[in-house]
Amino acid sequence: MCLAIPARVRSIRGTIAEVEVEGVVTSADLAVLPDVKIGDYVLVHAGLAIQKYDEEDALANLELIRELYRAVSNNG
Amino acid sequence: MEVCGTHTMEIGRLGIRQLLPDSVRLISGPGCPVCVTPAAYIDAAAELAVSQGVCIATFGDLFRVPGNRRSFAQVKAAGAGIEVVASPRAALDLARKSSGEVVFTAVGFETTIPATAAAVKAAASEGITNLSFFVAHRLVPPALDVLLADSSLRISGFLLPGHVSAIVGAGAYGTLIRRGVPGVITGFEALDILAGICGLLGLLAGNEVAIKNEYTRVVPEDGNPAARRLMEEVYEPCDAIWRGIGMLPQSGLRLRPEFAAFDASVRYGLKEQGDEMPEGCGCGRVLKGLIPPEECLLFGAACTPENPVGPCMVSSEGSCAAAFKYGGAR
Repeated sequence: MCLAIPARVRSIRGTIAEVEVEGVVTSADLAVLPDVKIGDYVLVHAGLAIQKYDEEDALANLELIRELYRAVSNNG
Repeated sequence: MEVCGTHTMEIGRLGIRQLLPDSVRLISGPGCPVCVTPAAYIDAAAELAVSQGVCIATFGDLFRVPGNRRSFAQVKAAGAGIEVVASPRAALDLARKSSGEVVFTAVGFETTIPATAAAVKAAASEGITNLSFFVAHRLVPPALDVLLADSSLRISGFLLPGHVSAIVGAGAYGTLIRRGVPGVITGFEALDILAGICGLLGLLAGNEVAIKNEYTRVVPEDGNPAARRLMEEVYEPCDAIWRGIGMLPQSGLRLRPEFAAFDASVRYGLKEQGDEMPEGCGCGRVLKGLIPPEECLLFGAACTPENPVGPCMVSSEGSCAAAFKYGGAR
């Protein structure tokens, strides 16, 4: 039940953003993420954006995990 | 031990348990908020819809979960007003459009709590009088503390829930450090889960008691402080019953007195008493990780996803449903 999905912010009106997930447009409350800008990726759960995805951080984290995977596969 | 229903499902779906060496055993803990919501809570809300004509707005996850007497799905089939909503804001919309009373079932862990808190505040600021919240939120860190205090369980480390951690941050797991057990904040992709397990084994091998974050692309060290402030503004901690486990001190939330006008338990005099489990149901021991689902006598025979007896088989993220669908212990 705690699964949250990444969505891209298309527009912002007040604290409500229009966000897009895989082509589907829905709305998300930005009440607890005040610094979000148009084009940012946010994690949405039950209609509330709960975290921002920093694209650079995201790619670095994924690369780290891939590296770990490669290291484990080579040892195993 | 993993304490997130989405981890439980992904570990099952990916067959990770079967890939690990015998020395690494993954145990599923109380990670599904729907599974730990007391049956008496569902009974009380269903009764409100049936006898007082109140519209219950609920997450789809809770819809089929049986109370002691019946589920929301059953009372809806009999004509009662049950509406499935995807967000607490949708319950607000429902109340705005309706002349009748609407009660939202506020269940879930820290991931969900800020969303319901935002809806409570919105209802208060808009002066919506026909909406109230029946609150059964549960908190993850106090439950971990209880599991760690149980001497019949020997948990070496925790795969910590990614999206709960997105709110609470790494600092919320001080109980693990105090009890000498490491944890790794873990995401939900296959590689995330393997990285979580690998990180935990690394900490254990180095005798290091720490909270490691393998899900940095989503979880900042400090979680989301604005979301926590919102939670604290609307809710206060209270003792709470976890279905099958019992009363855990300070593990739940209730509305603060200033929001009493929006508290369904005040408005309708609701109580969630007792914690009865169906006869023979092993969900209590499954939730604590004392037995794998297959060791429950009802599993796969009297209790299946089509005809579930206990909450862990009903919920799509329950340990028993995962074990039935994907196979569990080797």
